[in-house]
Amino acid sequence: MRVALFLTCVNDTLYPDTGRAVVKLLTRLGVEVDFPAAQTCCGQPHYNTGYRHEAEPLARHYSDVFGPGVASGDYDAIITPSGSCAAMVRELYPRMGERARAEGRGDRLATALAPVIPKTYELTEFLVDVLGVTDVGAFYPHTVTYHPTCHGLRSLGLGDRPTRLLAAVKGLELRELPGAQECCGFGGTFAVKNSDVSAAMGADKVRNAAATGAEVLCAADNSCLMHIGGTMSRLQVGMRPVHIAEILASTEEEPLV
Amino acid sequence: MSGTYLGMPAFPEAAHDAVRNTTLRANLRHATHTIRDKRARAVAELDDWARLREAGKQIKDHTLRHLEHYLVQLEESVTAAGGTVHWAADADEANRIVTRLVLATGEREVVKVKSMATQEIGLNEALEAEGVRAYETDLAELIVQLGDDRPSHILVPAIHRNRGEIRDIFREEMGSWGRPAPEGLTDTPAELAEAARLHLREKFLRAKVGVSGANFMVAETGTLVVVESEGNGRMCLTLPETLISVVGIEKIVPTWQDLEVFLQTLPRSSTAERMNPYTSTWTGTTESDGPRTFHLVLLDNGRTDTLADEVGRQALRCIRCSACLNVCPVYERAGGHAYGSVYPGPIGAILSPQLRGTQSEIDASLPYASSLCGACYEVCPVAIDIPEVLVHLRERVVEGGPVTRRGTKVTLKPARGHAAERAAMRAARWAFTHPAALAAGQRLAARTRRFHPRTVPGPGRAWTDTRDLPQVPAESFRDWWQRTDGGKEAGK
Repeated sequence: MRVALFLTCVNDTLYPDTGRAVVKLLTRLGVEVDFPAAQTCCGQPHYNTGYRHEAEPLARHYSDVFGPGVASGDYDAIITPSGSCAAMVRELYPRMGERARAEGRGDRLATALAPVIPKTYELTEFLVDVLGVTDVGAFYPHTVTYHPTCHGLRSLGLGDRPTRLLAAVKGLELRELPGAQECCGFGGTFAVKNSDVSAAMGADKVRNAAATGAEVLCAADNSCLMHIGGTMSRLQVGMRPVHIAEILASTEEEPLV
Repeated sequence: MSGTYLGMPAFPEAAHDAVRNTTLRANLRHATHTIRDKRARAVAELDDWARLREAGKQIKDHTLRHLEHYLVQLEESVTAAGGTVHWAADADEANRIVTRLVLATGEREVVKVKSMATQEIGLNEALEAEGVRAYETDLAELIVQLGDDRPSHILVPAIHRNRGEIRDIFREEMGSWGRPAPEGLTDTPAELAEAARLHLREKFLRAKVGVSGANFMVAETGTLVVVESEGNGRMCLTLPETLISVVGIEKIVPTWQDLEVFLQTLPRSSTAERMNPYTSTWTGTTESDGPRTFHLVLLDNGRTDTLADEVGRQALRCIRCSACLNVCPVYERAGGHAYGSVYPGPIGAILSPQLRGTQSEIDASLPYASSLCGACYEVCPVAIDIPEVLVHLRERVVEGGPVTRRGTKVTLKPARGHAAERAAMRAARWAFTHPAALAAGQRLAARTRRFHPRTVPGPGRAWTDTRDLPQVPAESFRDWWQRTDGGKEAGK
């Protein structure tokens, strides 16, 4: 199996370790990974802030980068370690195509986006649904609490896939996060436009996480982790945020430090 | 106190103070968490909830699609049953009609059933201006009215108040509105309820005019329906000689059978009850029973304009259960007042900017009063995709575009105050469609990483005031991939 990695702009720029972890994990599971270098951003920051017409060229760019490989059968799937970017492609790209049609601009956008939409998977759903594995052979001797990010939870419906993967990690002790399904308060530009409310939500999330006594808060989205981690650092609660890909990539031979 | 809340500051400013008010935060947190947990249990009891939700959505969508037909049918049924129908295009017209009807009775006071529509139009204030006193009879509305306060929640308007605050309001204010609070009133719920009961009873028995809204209007029979928990609504609907009901045109359902869906989904979603304690229905007038005169004021006030918007129209499915408020993490921290509207929370954030337009500062800020977490959509018993409408309205604010105002299509210009953001979005879009430029920017950021400040000026300050920034890595992923051929080369 050969897949294209859509790393996302945030991970590429700020969290390259997550990208390396995805490559290491998928390679270990026998999946060949390619990284099309022309990839950038799915357009979610634009779309969700109200700039749909600025987001459209980015959706087209996504289909230009990944579409040909999907069409030729070169890529069996497009994998992204971000629930919210996967939700952007799968849930909102179809909507963008419909809106363009409603504005009298025809089917061109919808047609261009159609091939990449069903082929885009968030990492944990790819592992569980497509590869059919829950034990990925990982080793991570730490106490971990898992925060299911909103778009992964509600847009993609990831359900218990991430926690099943974590539960199968050797040495890992999973602790339940109180109020797990509540938003951490990131919400893209919401974190800046409504920073007081965002900060209050973040502080509550961090306090709930700290109450578990776990060493690590794990999630499948680095944007949320950037907000939660930044709050943890400011509140000095002695926990660290870690992306799920890095935990799943960790092994006894090459442990994540 | 104005029903239209003109001159409210934008949401972030209004929320700023609420977030720092620890009593308010504690009251809201306790109340919303209690009711959201109860709602989840009440909903889980039904194995056909998903189908009920879909049925509610379908009934509402069908009715909205044929709204004109059902409204005409309703008018005929109400008239045939001895009622009189009035059409109000906006708040002013509705207020004029109701005021005229009340003054024509010769009365100078009315008793009111809790009603969002009359709050939306600011009816109490309009009546006051003509020398008519309107008495709220719902317990929570009474607390809000006596406290010269604003409702903070659709279903529980006094959600932001605790028992001690309510006792103080009763002690200090009841006397100037009617029967004073009993001597030595404490903050036990039973005593507070009894004080309200005595205070209100005197008004029920005296009032000649009642004013209500309605949860539903049944087109086929001309029947109006109010569901409530306390029974005071039924007092107002049966004791007065004249009953005036002000109802939004979207509250219509075609048949009695349609109620079977909503009388299950509404109470479970709102009060987490299997069935609400009081369901009152009234059809025109009846010999020797109930009011002798019945008027129905059908309120548009921006609803047909909202109906013209193909994305935003789903907001008109709303049955005002307030489940979305109770699960909303933003509402929980900011409270209802910050929304500057009688419709707070997620539904208010999409309803108010559609009914009132996005011109004012508060209305332009409401579509952003959400982290788009989707919890509101998940609980909505008529499946309103609130996040979808929020994003749609954000687009209206920043990009402008076509809207319908008073039945005429107009093109809105982008709102002012977004120029810098728009420029930044355009610049980002350019960089994201030019990967080489993005890579160059990443390299520049990596080279200068040791000089990045811990706090940043401008809009970024909103981030660094409460959160630390992540450190920019020495090498972006794409550069690592290129340098090591995806980790295959040495030096990974």
